[in-house]
Order: sequence, then C-alpha cells, then structure tokens
Amino acid sequence: MSELLNVPTMADFMAQGKQPEVLFWVGCAGSFDDRAKKITKAFVKLLNKAQVEFAVLGTEESCTGDPAKRAGNEFLFQMQAVTNIEVMNAYEIKKIVTACPHCFNTLKNEYPQLGGNYEVMHHTEFLKSLLDEGRLTIEGGKFKGKRITFHDPCYLGRANNIYEAPRDLIIKLEAELVEMKNCKKTGLCCGAGGAQMFKDAEKGDKEVNIERTEQALDIKPEIIAAGCPFCNTMMTDGIKAKEKEGQITVMDIAELIANAQDL
Amino acid sequence: MNYLPNVLFAIALIVGVGYFTRNVKKLIRNIKLGHDVDVSDNTSQRWKNMTMIALGQSKMVSRPIAGFLHIIVYVGFVIINIEVLEIIIDGLIGSHRIFSSIGVLYGVLIGAFEILALLVFIAVIVFWIRRNIIKLNRFWKSEMTSWPKNDANYILYFEMVLMTLFLVMNATDVHFQTMNSGNFISQFIAPFFNGLSETALHTIERTAWWMHIIGILVFLNYLYFSKHLHILLAFPNTFYASLKPKGQFNNLEAVTKEVKMMMDATIYPATSPTDDTEMPAKFGASDVQDLNWVQLLNAYTCTECGRCTSECPANLTGKKLSPRKIMMDTRDRLEEVGKNIDANKGTFVDDGKQLLDNYITREELWACTSCNACVEACPVSINPLSIILDMRRFLVMEQSAAPVELNNMMTNIENNGAPWPYNQMDRINWKNE
Repeated sequence: MSELLNVPTMADFMAQGKQPEVLFWVGCAGSFDDRAKKITKAFVKLLNKAQVEFAVLGTEESCTGDPAKRAGNEFLFQMQAVTNIEVMNAYEIKKIVTACPHCFNTLKNEYPQLGGNYEVMHHTEFLKSLLDEGRLTIEGGKFKGKRITFHDPCYLGRANNIYEAPRDLIIKLEAELVEMKNCKKTGLCCGAGGAQMFKDAEKGDKEVNIERTEQALDIKPEIIAAGCPFCNTMMTDGIKAKEKEGQITVMDIAELIANAQDL
Repeated sequence: MNYLPNVLFAIALIVGVGYFTRNVKKLIRNIKLGHDVDVSDNTSQRWKNMTMIALGQSKMVSRPIAGFLHIIVYVGFVIINIEVLEIIIDGLIGSHRIFSSIGVLYGVLIGAFEILALLVFIAVIVFWIRRNIIKLNRFWKSEMTSWPKNDANYILYFEMVLMTLFLVMNATDVHFQTMNSGNFISQFIAPFFNGLSETALHTIERTAWWMHIIGILVFLNYLYFSKHLHILLAFPNTFYASLKPKGQFNNLEAVTKEVKMMMDATIYPATSPTDDTEMPAKFGASDVQDLNWVQLLNAYTCTECGRCTSECPANLTGKKLSPRKIMMDTRDRLEEVGKNIDANKGTFVDDGKQLLDNYITREELWACTSCNACVEACPVSINPLSIILDMRRFLVMEQSAAPVELNNMMTNIENNGAPWPYNQMDRINWKNE
C-alpha cells in the first residue's frame, strides 16, 4: 500500500517553482512513533484521495519545541521555533495542517510573536473543510452504527476551543457518538501533556491514563477516537492495562475516515 | 438632644472604613510587587468578561447546585446592602428608617430584602451542611485544614448572624410592624417577642440594629484576612485575566533577545548600544516578586472553592499537586513578604525563604500536565498553570533541575530535533515503511 503514497517535500515543490496548497506538519510522533506513523499515513491517503496539493518539510522539519517549553526550557523552545520559522518563511509557507494538537497549538499561538505567521489547522478541521467543500466524501462504511467516543485532546479542546470538528466527522461516519463523563470543556487529560509523556508520573495512587480509560469503559464504546498521537498512546496503554484490547480499539479520526473507505 | 449615639456611630464608621482602607492600600502595594504585564489590549472584551463572569456569575452555574445557592447569597449580599445606606444615614443624623417616607415602595424594598435575607440564611445553612456534614471532597483536601477550614465556616456564621440580626431588627421594630408593609418574613418572627414591654422591644431592636451595622463593619475588615476577598477582587481579576487561547503560553522576551543574538552573528551584546532593556535578574520564578501582578492578584482573589483541584488530573489520581494550593501558597508567601516589608520600614529583607521549596514543592510542579482543566474550572478566571510554568522555568533555566528523563528529552531535541533519540535525517522514512 505504501508505494501508493505520494508525499512530496517543500524542496520538491521549490525545485519545480511551485507552491503547495498546504504544508503538512508531520511532527515528531508522526515521524518516529510506530503507532503515530500509521496516523500520518492514513492522513496522507486522505490528502491524496482528495487531491490536495500538500508538501512536508521532511528532513527540514524539527521539533516545534512544545515539550521543552512546557517543561520550562524557554531557551530550547525559542531556538527550535526560530529555526523552524526560518525554514518555513524561506519557503513562504502560508497554511499548515498537522495531526498533532501540541504542534498545532505551538505553531498557531506561540510562533506568531517570533515571526512565524501562518494559518494553522488541526487535521480534523482540515478534513472537515474538505468534506464541506465536497473534495472528500465519506459514508458510514464499516463504522456505521458503531459506538464511538471521542477523547478531547487538551491542546485541541480547552487550549483552542475546538470541540466540534472531530465530532462532526464521527457523525459523518454514521456512527453512534457517545460522550464520556468528562468531555469537551471538562475533558480529562490523558496524562501525557506538559512533557509528562517523557517522564514517569509523580507518586500517586493511579496513572492518569487509567483514570481516563475507566471513564471511557464506563460508557462501553467499541472505539475510542483520538485526535492526538500522545493521547492515542496513553489510551491504547490504558486499554491494554485493562485487558480490553479484544473489545475496544483506539483510533485516530483520520484512521477512522481512511479505514471507513478501505483506503 | 443626646448626640452620643450619632458620635459613636460616626466613630465606628470611620474606624471601620479607615482600617479597611489601610489594608486595601497594603493589598495594592503587595500586588504591585509583581512584574508589570501588558493588559491594555481589547478593553471591550475585558469589560464583557467582567460583566459576564463576575457580575453575571456565568461560570458559577457550571455546577448547578453550588451555582444556584451562590447566586442567592451574591444577589442577597448586593441588594441587602441598599439597606445599609439607610442604616448609615439613620445612624449619622439620628433618624429612624429615613426612607420609609417614600411610602409603598419602601415596603416593597424591605419586603424584598426580608425574603432575600431568609433565602441567604437557608443557602448559607446548605453551604455549611455541604462543607461540614456531607463533607464534599473538595473541601477536605490536605490544604484545607486549620485556618482555611475555619475561615470558610466563620464566613458562613457571620452571614447567618447578620441575616438573623436584620430580621430580628425588623421584627422588634414596633413602628415598622405597625406599618404592616414589607414585613413579609419578620411578621412571623414578631410573635416570638409577644408580651415584651415596648421598652424591652425597643432595646432589642436597637441592639440588633447596632450589632447588624457593627457586624457589617467587622466583616468588611475581616475580608483582608480571609479568602472572602473574592467578593471584591473577582471584578478586577476577571477583567485582567488573559484573553489569549488557553494553550498559548507567553514567550519570554528576554529569551527572544538572547536567542536572536545567538542566531545572528552580527549582533554582539557589547556592540549593541540600543540595548536598553536589562537582562532579568533571573528566568522564571522562585518567589512571589518574580511573578507578574496579575498572578498575584489571582492569588488574593482565590476563595479556595477547590473546583480547580477537583478537575486536576494529577490531583484526581493522588498526586500532591493541587492548583488551589498553588494559589493559596502564593498568597500566603506574598502576605509574608508584605509583613516583612512593613516590619523593615518599606524594604524587603531577605528572610531565607521563598515560594519554591518553602511553600510549593518541586514534586507538585512536575506533576502538572498543563491540561488547563484548573484554568477552565475557575469561576473567577484564576490561572494556576501560569505560576506552575514560571516556576518550572526557574528550575530548568536557572538551576538545571529538571527530572533526569526530561533532561534526556531536551538533549534529544537539541541534538536531533525530536524528543527521542532518532536522527533528523530519518524524519521522512515513514513514507517508505
């Protein structure tokens, strides 16, 4: 399947003297994490299907600096930011889409003050716009009637007030959207944000992802939909810890849509 | 004519308001110990937020029971204070119910006050039950012992007593009961005093009147020493709260300058004569003076309701972090610094303590997932997360004291452009896997 993927880089476009419609910011997880790479590919398939002229930075992309900033290392964050902005401004990037809410938040909110002004979209918003414009069509397909709950990523939801785009997409799949006790504004964190992904948790009586997984189990979904590679990892781990891998799968919204059409 | 009551009243008023003013000045001075921060943007949105969130209590009702009860107490508090105006005029010029000359409207007004007073009394009883009998989890966290616990109950007792005095004062006011207009509630209390002589009734009425107004003045002065300051500070606090998306953390300008210098070989610190902004004494915050004044205002505004803590994923899973404690610690340390300044003729003398470690531990700071649940939950727009971040910045940039795993993560970003030890040149390998 992978040979079908068409993934041009900005350098390719530059060589042809062309400008893509949008830059796909893959992010570190999307580039290196085995689980997240599947999300990246699913999203690329959808971009290819909708014939979106996109490009990636490839080896010119570097961490946005989000985990460094949230860990308190403002120097490292700004070094990363300034380097990335230099690259993107040289390519005259106008619009960015990313499947990682952390990259999304940082690029959208924290780069402008450092000279990086772009229109930034989360992939769920972007997919929604493709549907609205009729460039992509989806039908229920294999997820029709399935019980799906959406776990709000903190950096998409509370951080940027985006709650509806991912839900609209689930509804488009003709699935049964069910909500956890904590959702939208009061969504419970998966436990990975603020650089927690990269360290052990402090002493407590439970892991945050277990708490969140229990909330999901309470409403008996068949699928937990995620919109963030880190949430995806945390929820997948939670499901494994609860030995529910047989019954419940954790999937990114992009994977749901791509799989619905057997892409 | 005997002017003694008028003089005593004037003295009580001057002392009460005067002492409060003195403490408000101290409060403002303490808040100004914080760094400056630009809050001049989008004034119209700020007014709107204040109107909706503080005046309109819009975030209180996200928890319907507490929200509804709180609105009763809040409305009661605001409206019944109109009555205080009459009390002050009566007290100063020696009149009795000076507004009663306005006729029917007076009855309507006092009647409304009486009904509100009863509702407030009931609401406060329910609050007390929630806190002390039902023992709602958020009121019994580890930071809610001793003073914070007592403070909350004292406020409730104060309100119960004030409302009772108001109703007793009306019930024993023969003149007012004879008017039989607006005594909606007090007419049912009046029979308890049946059989008492007119003199005895008058004495009770006067006593209740005096205790009511003195009680209000004492309560006013209690505010500064209590979490109850929120009744005033909620307004400026919601006005000055950040208007940016919650995910947007501020970029430190001092760092931007250093980074630009490092990236651009043509700028050297020594040859840059336009360099008028000094490097800050330190990056991040280890004490209250390193925070900005809005963060310090936040600390004084916190009324310790614990909605933040009850939504915090770290706290929910048994970690030490409690966003409410971050705010309480910040306020307590700021008070300590303020007292230090008072004791040392206006200058702060190092007391060997600081907000970090002496109040807020590193374990608490590193437990935060930066999820913004606490910020979202706060009914008066307090931001505990911004303080946590500033303190992490101090730990990392001034002390290199991040947990080992985070240091590894940051080294990876520095060397490979990713938080994991993968080569940047392999960044697009996924395409062909």
